[in-house]
Amino acid sequence: MFTQNLNRRVFVKKMATSAAVVSAVSLFPGIVFAEEQQVNLTEDNLNWKKAPCRFCGVGCGLLIGISNGKAVAVKGDPRSSVNKGLACVKGYHSVMALYGKDRLKKPLVKKNGVFVETSMKEALDLVASKMSETIKNHGKDAVSIYGSGQWAIPDGYIASKLFKGCIGTNNIEANARLCMASAVTGFMTSFGMDEPMGCYEDIDYANVFVLWGNNMAEMHPVLFSRMLDQRQKRGIKIIDFATRTTRTSNAADKSILFKPQTDLAVANAICYEIIKNNWVNKNFVETNCKFQKGKTNIGHGLTDDFKFKDEPEQIDFDAFKVFLEDYIPEKVEKYSGVAARDIKYMAALYGDPNKKVVSFWCMGPNQHTRGTWMNNLIYNIHLLTGKISSPGNSPFSLTGQPSACGTAREVGTFTHKLPKGLVANEKDRAFAAKIWGVPVENIPDKPTHHTMSMFRALDRGEIKFMWIQVTNPMVTIPNLNRYRKGAEKEGRFIVVSDVYPTPTTDVADVILPSAMWIEKTGLFGNSERRTQFWEQMLTPPGEAMDDGKQLLEVAERLGYGKYFQYSKENYAEEVYNEYTQFHAGKKHGMAPLEVLKKEAGMIWPFVDGKPTKWRFNSKYDPACEKEGFHFYGNEDGKAVIWQRPYEAPAESPDSEYPFWLNTGRVVEHWHTGSMTRRISVLHKAVPNSYVELNPEEAKELGIKNRDRVRITSRRGTIVMLASVNERGVPPRGQVFVPFFDEHFLINELTLDSYCPISNEPDYKKCAVKIEKV
Amino acid sequence: MPIKSYIAYPVDGKRNELIMKIKALDSCELNLAINEEIFIVVTDTFSEDEDKMIYETIVNMPELKHLTLVSGFSDEEISN
Repeated sequence: MFTQNLNRRVFVKKMATSAAVVSAVSLFPGIVFAEEQQVNLTEDNLNWKKAPCRFCGVGCGLLIGISNGKAVAVKGDPRSSVNKGLACVKGYHSVMALYGKDRLKKPLVKKNGVFVETSMKEALDLVASKMSETIKNHGKDAVSIYGSGQWAIPDGYIASKLFKGCIGTNNIEANARLCMASAVTGFMTSFGMDEPMGCYEDIDYANVFVLWGNNMAEMHPVLFSRMLDQRQKRGIKIIDFATRTTRTSNAADKSILFKPQTDLAVANAICYEIIKNNWVNKNFVETNCKFQKGKTNIGHGLTDDFKFKDEPEQIDFDAFKVFLEDYIPEKVEKYSGVAARDIKYMAALYGDPNKKVVSFWCMGPNQHTRGTWMNNLIYNIHLLTGKISSPGNSPFSLTGQPSACGTAREVGTFTHKLPKGLVANEKDRAFAAKIWGVPVENIPDKPTHHTMSMFRALDRGEIKFMWIQVTNPMVTIPNLNRYRKGAEKEGRFIVVSDVYPTPTTDVADVILPSAMWIEKTGLFGNSERRTQFWEQMLTPPGEAMDDGKQLLEVAERLGYGKYFQYSKENYAEEVYNEYTQFHAGKKHGMAPLEVLKKEAGMIWPFVDGKPTKWRFNSKYDPACEKEGFHFYGNEDGKAVIWQRPYEAPAESPDSEYPFWLNTGRVVEHWHTGSMTRRISVLHKAVPNSYVELNPEEAKELGIKNRDRVRITSRRGTIVMLASVNERGVPPRGQVFVPFFDEHFLINELTLDSYCPISNEPDYKKCAVKIEKV
Repeated sequence: MPIKSYIAYPVDGKRNELIMKIKALDSCELNLAINEEIFIVVTDTFSEDEDKMIYETIVNMPELKHLTLVSGFSDEEISN
């Protein structure tokens, strides 16, 4: 016993050292420790099992140490090609999120405004009866489900099959709409097919990395460490192109700041320079690309009746060249704040035929009222130079959530989507109905509500029942005051499945305690098309039940049990086997379970026992039907170079509200903090949210670090502590607030404008005023 | 018997003195960066009181500019 405890202490001490080393690496990129390589963990008495990390979209492989029915240790999986044995501070502490003191263990039902404990059977009976009653009285489209990019693949699949295939409503959305819908529409409009063509191995080959509004040092720290490692080994360059100075800027070789929204103009100016200097890869463009333009002045989605449909028109290279005359670097400098020489510098990096370039981006270009356009414009640069679909040449859209790709995008948990194809296509509906074993007439042919529209419909009363799983919209929805009031209105019935109490469970009528992560069997899909399997390692606490099983129980009660004939013990695996039928073939074939059980994940398309690391290039992709490049997502095999102009955002600073408000994340906390704020060390590291101010402006306003500051927009007001010259430094005229802290609901201030093509809201730009309290 | 890890930031020019002083404390182990001034301190103490005392001792050293807590494990977490 003594030896066991001693070993445990040695082990924990080494974990603590590892966590500090990882933190230091993110603070001081390139730092080397004398004992860094000696952190070999004691493994006695632990049963190590593999799982993808619970948190971000990087999808690090972890090894979880299990002892006496508890998860007690974590280390990076050295077999995982994603993280090669590394983990970040969230990953190292991830298992502690399972054991928060206020973990939800019993279902709760609201009676006379007070939550009362009940059994899971009774709670699920109530959920099913409320759904039936709502459908009977108000129609199928009065019920909805709002899920997540943190849904495991089987959970999202069951939700889609139940709502679209059985109940017969397209009222299913996921919070991934808030983070990567613009990436999807960017891929679909440029390539006719979703998800990156490259993989993380691009990091090992590229000479230059351009980070577009992407604070990777905090949001994707393990990938950032891999880039820094390459800089030490090969002298690669990192360019941080952003709206504020962050840890990423400090570690980059060059930091270039732009004014919010003007990334559109700078991207066009880079294209202008590439053409002007004859850096266009003419052979590639002539063979593999076509030019198009769409509608302009497309609006911002601010009203409930807003509708938009793009109308693409073919143009030619000469017309595109004329369009770019408006984006001469010297002109763009005037409103972007980016010196013409810096625009030319970036263009020269992309244009140099001897340099391989990766562009990384995430929320900056995606949470943007012209998010689809921004994605198109980054692709334009790579297509003009032919730097795409080959090792080290990659436009790489990163995701934020662990299964935004695997569940939301691939399973298709959106109103317009099916696991393969669109609800609007008869052929796709027939294919889904065949695999699901449901009558094809069940699947409606028209999308209903995207996320913002769904919450607006809840507010108006057209949706009366909403089931929310694995997400916390009462912290994350922009212009939150309106939508919280909507959820609380008489006649709405809200079910929330979660692991901890949150502001969203506060508005629930029924709270269902969920099994979390390794308390169930599941699969996630990460940013590089990698599907990862994990097996159940722990028993969920109390009556907690995994989200998929909750849905299956309700499906049974609604009379749809015959469509869900899976075994209780092994349903996740059986669901995955059913699901993979949708993607069979060379373009999206997924690895079978026996492979995923052995390996630290596998990239799709998985063809003849091998992952396809670079798509659309016949050298690497067996789905290509011609030599060289073949963008087979589009019928003619060509990628689209889009003419997309600069257009102003929905709201800009003025004399009354003179500052831009930008919102985002910090490395220590995962999204709304409902899990990481229960991990004491992460909570202590960043115990509360704050507002970052420009140091000069703070001085002019008489605001010092840690002073209380009131921030007000046209939609709400909040008082929080000032952060001056700490982690991030905004330029003059801008402030930044992290959104992880439910005590400071910054989304009460943000604007519910969105990209009219992707319907993804813009969390990066609205106007506020600042006062010292 | 808590275990904690910190990043220590020495005052300019005082790194070696700070390292010597912390090394002299029974409950501390150090991991030194070889290309930056900062280093890692891991404390392994017998009680919450000793943990507090060791923390106070380190933060009051004049050679220390700043001490950031990174990771902490309580008795309960260690014995789990």
